[in-house]
Amino acid sequence: MDSNEATTSESVSKKRGKTKKVKRKVKPDEAPVQEMDQAEGEETEKKSVSGPCFPPTFSVSEIKNKQRRHAMFLKLKEEKRKQKLELKKKKKKERKALGDQAPPKEVPKTIENQRIYDETTVNPEDEEVAFDEGTDEFSAYFSRLTNPKVLITTSDRPRGRTVRFCEQLATVIPHAHVYYRRGLALKRVIPQCVSRGFTYVMVINEDRKVPNGLVLCHLPDGPTAHFKVSNVRLRKEMKRRGKDPTEHVPEVILNNFSTRLGHSIGRLFAALFPHDPQFVGRQVATFHNQRDFIFFRFHRYIFKNEKKVGIQELGPRFTLKLRSLQKGTFDSKFGEYEWVHKRHEMDSSRRKFHL
Amino acid sequence: MLENDEHKEEEKNLTESEIEVLLAEVEVIWDLIGNDSFCSYKVKTKTQQFCRNEYNITGLCNRSSCPLANSQYATVREEKGLCYLYMKVIERAAFPARMWEKVKLDRNYAKALEQIDENLIYWPRFIRHKCKQRLTKITQYLIRIRKLTLKRQRKLVLLSRKVERREKRREEKALIAAQLENAIEKELLDRLKQGTYGDIYNFPIHAFDKAMEKQEEETESEEEEDEEEPVTREFVADDGFEESDLSDFEDMNNLKGSSDEEEEAEEESSEEEESEEELEEEKTKAQSKGKAPLKGPIRKKRAYVEMEYEQETEPAQKSKAT
Repeated sequence: MDSNEATTSESVSKKRGKTKKVKRKVKPDEAPVQEMDQAEGEETEKKSVSGPCFPPTFSVSEIKNKQRRHAMFLKLKEEKRKQKLELKKKKKKERKALGDQAPPKEVPKTIENQRIYDETTVNPEDEEVAFDEGTDEFSAYFSRLTNPKVLITTSDRPRGRTVRFCEQLATVIPHAHVYYRRGLALKRVIPQCVSRGFTYVMVINEDRKVPNGLVLCHLPDGPTAHFKVSNVRLRKEMKRRGKDPTEHVPEVILNNFSTRLGHSIGRLFAALFPHDPQFVGRQVATFHNQRDFIFFRFHRYIFKNEKKVGIQELGPRFTLKLRSLQKGTFDSKFGEYEWVHKRHEMDSSRRKFHL
Repeated sequence: MLENDEHKEEEKNLTESEIEVLLAEVEVIWDLIGNDSFCSYKVKTKTQQFCRNEYNITGLCNRSSCPLANSQYATVREEKGLCYLYMKVIERAAFPARMWEKVKLDRNYAKALEQIDENLIYWPRFIRHKCKQRLTKITQYLIRIRKLTLKRQRKLVLLSRKVERREKRREEKALIAAQLENAIEKELLDRLKQGTYGDIYNFPIHAFDKAMEKQEEETESEEEEDEEEPVTREFVADDGFEESDLSDFEDMNNLKGSSDEEEEAEEESSEEEESEEELEEEKTKAQSKGKAPLKGPIRKKRAYVEMEYEQETEPAQKSKAT
C-alpha cells in the first residue's frame, strides 16, 4: 500500500518521491514510529501535521550522504518557511482583531536607523557652528565676494578615459578649465593658480587607465580634500540619458551631510558652483551622502505638475569616498590633517559613519 | 691590498714554463665551457649567448669576454655610487681568494679614465677600450639616478584586496539604500513648494488653497455663503486644470524663448504624457460613468420599470377587493 502510494506521489512530484526514499533509507537513524507518522503525514497531506517533525537532537549535518543531507536540509528550510508564514498570518489576524488598539507597527531596523550617534552631528540651530561657518575659508564664497573658477587636471600621462572624464566634468561644472599636467609639481602649480584667480584645483589621479582618486583643493589657502573615486560612468555609457548639458548654471543638492565633517565637505562641494542657479536650464547636480559614500549625479528635471517631477540623467556619474581632509593647500608632508581615514580604527564598526 | 703587494713579489718569480702551463690550462677551460658546452653563467637565447658572471665586461659569452677563460682580465664595476677597477693577472691564478685586484676610481670621469689607462698600461686594446666604455655607461646611469631622485616620484600605495572588495560591496549596498532618484525628486518638489523657483512654474495649487484659506479666516462669517462658492469653483478649476497645464507649458515655451530642441521634445513628450493622462482620465471617467454616475440614467430606467409594476399591481388589488 505504502509503496503504491509512494509511486503515485513520485509521478506527481519528483522531490517528494526522493524525500520518501530518503526517509525509508534514513530509517535506522530515526525512530521507526516517527517515520511512520511522517509517511502518513505526507501521504494524507494534512497541513495540521506541518510536514516532517525532526527530533530535537537531530541535526542535518550528521547525515554522511551528501544527497540525502541536501534533501533533508531543503525539507528543513521548507518547514521553517511554513512556520514563519503561519506566524505572520497569526500576527496579521491579531492586528485586525484588535483594530484601533493594535500596537503600532514595528519599524524594521536599517543601517541608517541603527547608526551610532555621532557626537559631531550638527544641530541646525547651533550657534557655534553658524559662527564657524561664517568665519571659515568658504565665508568669502558664501558672502558672495568671490565667484568660483575651477582648474581640472590629472596626474602624469593620463589615459583616454581619464581625459574624457575631465572634459565631461568641465561641462558639468561651470567656469571650469582643463589643463594638461606636464609633469609639474602641484606645489608649484598652486601659487600659479592663485595668481590667476582660480578658486579650486581638482586633480584626478589615475591608475591603470582608470580614474581612481580626486584631490580637491580650495585655493586661497583653503582645505584640501582627498577622495577615492569609484564607479565612474562616462556619458556614453549611461542608459536613457538626455542630451548634453547646456551652459546654464545648475542647481546643487547636498543630501545627508550631517556631522561637522560632513558639513565642511558639503560646503566644499557647494562652493564649486556659482551662486545663482539658472532655473531656465533645469539642471541639477546632486551630491548624496549615504554611509560615507558620496554619490554624484547630474540630472535634468521637469515638473509635470506640482506633485510630480521627471528627471533624466545627463552627465557623468561617480562615487566618492573621503580619505583625508587637510587644512591648508596640498602638502602631503607637512600639512595639518583635519581628518584622516584610519582603517583599523574607523572601519571596525559597521554602524559608525563619519560624514 | 697589502696582501696583494706581498704576494706580488712571489708571483713575479714565476718561470716562463709555469706561465706556459697556466696558459694551456686556460685553453682547456675555454674548450670545456666555451661555444656549445655548458657553463653555469651562460644564458642562451635564439641569437645570442650572454654571460651572467659579475666580472664579465661586455655581458656576452665570447672567447675574449669570458673572465674564466682569460688569464689576464679587467672590469669596471660600481658599488654604492663608486666605480672600481678589477684586474686579474695570470700570476695570481692559483690564489682564487686574491685573484681580483680592486682599484678605486676617481669620481671625476676624466680622472677615472686616466686611472684606467695608468693601471691597464700595456694591456690588450680590447680590454682597455671595453673598461672605458663600461665606465662611461656607469657614470651616465648614476647621473640619471641622481636627477630622477630630485623630481617627483610616484608613490605606490598598496591595495588590500579584501578591503577593496569590502568597500565595493558596501558601496553597492549604500547605493541601493540611497534611492537616489526618489531623494532627488523629493528635494525638487520640496523646493518647488517652498517657492525657491518663484513664478516660473504656474501650478501652485496648494499655495492657491492656502491663500484662499487665509482669505476665509480674515473675512467674517457673513461671507460664508460666498466662501462656499469659491470652494465649488476650486473643484471646477481642478477639472479643467490639465488643459491649463498644457497651455502653461506652451506659454513657458514662449517665455523661455530658447529653442532648445530637447526642451520642446520633453515638453512635447510631457504634453503627450499629459494628453495620455487625459485620455486615461477620460477613460476612467467613462468607466466610472459606467459604474456610479451611470446610475443616473439607469436609475431613471429602473424608476420607469418600478412605475410599471406599481400600475400593474394596483388594479389587481382593486379587483381582489371587489
